[in-house]
Amino acid sequence: MRFQGYAFSCICDRCILQFGVTINNSMETLKEKLVETETRTTVKISGAEAVIHCLLEEGVDLIYGYPGGAIMPVYDELYKFRDKLHHVLTRHEQGAAHAAQGYARATGKVGVAIATSGPGATNLVTGIADAQIDSTPMVCITGQVARHLLGTDAFQETDIIGISTPVTKWSYQVTRAADIPKALAKAFYIARSGRPGPVLIDITKNAQFEEFDFSYKKCTAIRSYKPKPEINPAKIEEAAALINSAKKPFVIFGQGIILGKAEEELRAFIEKSGIPSAATVLGLSALPTEHPLHVGMVGMHGNYAPNILTNECDVLIALGMRFDDRVTGDLNTYAKQAKVVHFEIDPAEVDKNVKTHVAVLGDIKDTLAGLLPLIRENKHEDWHKEFKDRHAIEFEKVIKNDLFPEKEKLTMGEVMEKINKRTGGDAIVVSDVGQHQMIACRYARFNKTKSNITSGGLGTMGFALPAAIGAKMGAPEREVVAVIGDGGYQMTIQELGTIFQTRVPVKIVVLNNDFLGMVRQWQQLFFDKRYASTELINPDFVTIAKGYHIPARRVTRREELDEAINELIASEEAHFLEVCVEKEDNVFPMIPTGASVADCRLE
Amino acid sequence: MNRTYTVSIYSENNIGLLNRISAIFLKRHINIESLTVSESEIENVSRFVIVAAMDEDQVRKIVGQLEKQIEVIKAYYHTDEETIYQETALFKIKSSLLFDERQIQNIIKQSNANIVTVARDFFVIEKTGRRHETDALYEELVPFGIMQFVRSGRIAVSKSEMNISALLREFQNA
Repeated sequence: MRFQGYAFSCICDRCILQFGVTINNSMETLKEKLVETETRTTVKISGAEAVIHCLLEEGVDLIYGYPGGAIMPVYDELYKFRDKLHHVLTRHEQGAAHAAQGYARATGKVGVAIATSGPGATNLVTGIADAQIDSTPMVCITGQVARHLLGTDAFQETDIIGISTPVTKWSYQVTRAADIPKALAKAFYIARSGRPGPVLIDITKNAQFEEFDFSYKKCTAIRSYKPKPEINPAKIEEAAALINSAKKPFVIFGQGIILGKAEEELRAFIEKSGIPSAATVLGLSALPTEHPLHVGMVGMHGNYAPNILTNECDVLIALGMRFDDRVTGDLNTYAKQAKVVHFEIDPAEVDKNVKTHVAVLGDIKDTLAGLLPLIRENKHEDWHKEFKDRHAIEFEKVIKNDLFPEKEKLTMGEVMEKINKRTGGDAIVVSDVGQHQMIACRYARFNKTKSNITSGGLGTMGFALPAAIGAKMGAPEREVVAVIGDGGYQMTIQELGTIFQTRVPVKIVVLNNDFLGMVRQWQQLFFDKRYASTELINPDFVTIAKGYHIPARRVTRREELDEAINELIASEEAHFLEVCVEKEDNVFPMIPTGASVADCRLE
Repeated sequence: MNRTYTVSIYSENNIGLLNRISAIFLKRHINIESLTVSESEIENVSRFVIVAAMDEDQVRKIVGQLEKQIEVIKAYYHTDEETIYQETALFKIKSSLLFDERQIQNIIKQSNANIVTVARDFFVIEKTGRRHETDALYEELVPFGIMQFVRSGRIAVSKSEMNISALLREFQNA
């Protein structure tokens, strides 16, 4: 029998890869086969069946996809293995990619999306790019025309490897069945290790049909790839010295905390050091919103205090974040007074945007654990007061009016506040992109980690509805509320079909202002109110939801809101709520593009 | 301040890597002046030599992005002073000139160029050296008429050590 522990090389058959030995779960199925064919000493299976075994070996039990010509052999095997590997048919491949992302973001596991060649593959690309910039572990499998047709402009042939190269962590085209296990083992290892990201494996149709001797070993190392830089203890000591000597230290934490499973270490560090800590958009929920040291969110529509005080702190401690331009504003005026300490797993992020004084490379769970004993206890009470004072200003000028409006029309903020009240902050909030997203990030309460799922880096409208499907399937025990604008909702609205078919109980809230609100806000502020192509004449969203047999309701008045949200959250099945909000509300505070964090505007 | 940097990359020999590498330069609008890929001193390890003009901050970031690629083992950057580098040029010239224009023979001798082949209709001169040397030969030959001219990309070795073998040994022992 050949599928027991022999070392094999990398897919290229040239470089040496080390694969650890694992015991195959799916081997049982194979052994059954072996019994059936006693005269044979090896088990031959098709490349398509091998794909399924590889997925099972990697612990995958749920994938998202859409069938088509070049991936049909794999779908045929999915039918055979449907009791072990659940396939969710989305209504568009982009939906499959975003659902896989939502699943990955809610669980920390690798999301898997599958599609056919040509348009199937290109439709995945937006989700792949989104996963790349937001470091989401994802494996995409695409069918491809048969090897002999490659390069002939065959039906549904597209160079998906070429197209996806700049937006994948790794990609590979398999043209022989025998290469499938090695390619997929490598794909899962690369997707989930180090700084996670999307991997695409393109499998030609002939490779899916071919039979070969199957064996599987998980990939545990690749010689040209170092997922985690080695930790230099001297750097941790340097960082500790700077932090201990600081009078006004300030922490900004990013998604690295969540990806690195370092929530406890973050908490222990800031509680001991007493340092005010703010989240980036993707860092939200790594620390409970209500934690006394949590001073809000930084960035373009972040909170006033952390933005303004970024330029007054003396030591800026960046934890698992990458100084995105939406966080920093103008780099020439960003935290110039501060010494910067950067904890980071990806060496390419160090000094990329902001020059650091001390870079602590390594897995943040380990580096923070190493830092903790070196940190002196502190309270920084005067410094905290500065945050509180500025928060009071923001509350008075912005938050009060957002959450407890006195005007007639509903605000997005009060809807979020009602959702908070009803869920207690235990829900996963999946938001789309635009004004409602910033409102959701600003006001949603998060008690638990992995609760804020949104398209941060790429800003992909249409992300939320399919991502919510994936999140709910990944974390069925949690409440999942998708908060979406009327624009983005219509970009992937067809996924209501997936919700209806799978009965996945996601709660959908569309905050409808009949505008592409964020663009309209910019047009108002920077383009002299010339509302070019931002007003939407919308359909009857309630009727559409009902067309998919999803209970639906529309709210236009404040008196109805409480009850509508109660009904939404109480429902045990999927539920749709449209809230018609003020058409021309703006999101503040705001740091205009190119302005300094110090110029954070409150109105 | 922009200057010429030689970027050296040791990598696995995989299809598609060239695309990834060139995309990193493309994305930052850095024009690749020359690119050479060959085997390296280590079996099954490829070596890229890429020449481009940029400032040190840019080249440092580019090397960071290059090293991030799964199949890149290690990347370095060097200034001209830190490397030994050469280019090769080939000149195809009418054979008759070799006999009619005695000056050509002197030019070949003085420039330390070699005659690679002589056929009935043409002969080929090879000159290896730095850019200004092949350029000078080109200028001297132009008046006689050059049928074809081609110059290779730069190949370069660093004066300092590149410890790839040790790096790979370390991995295998880990």
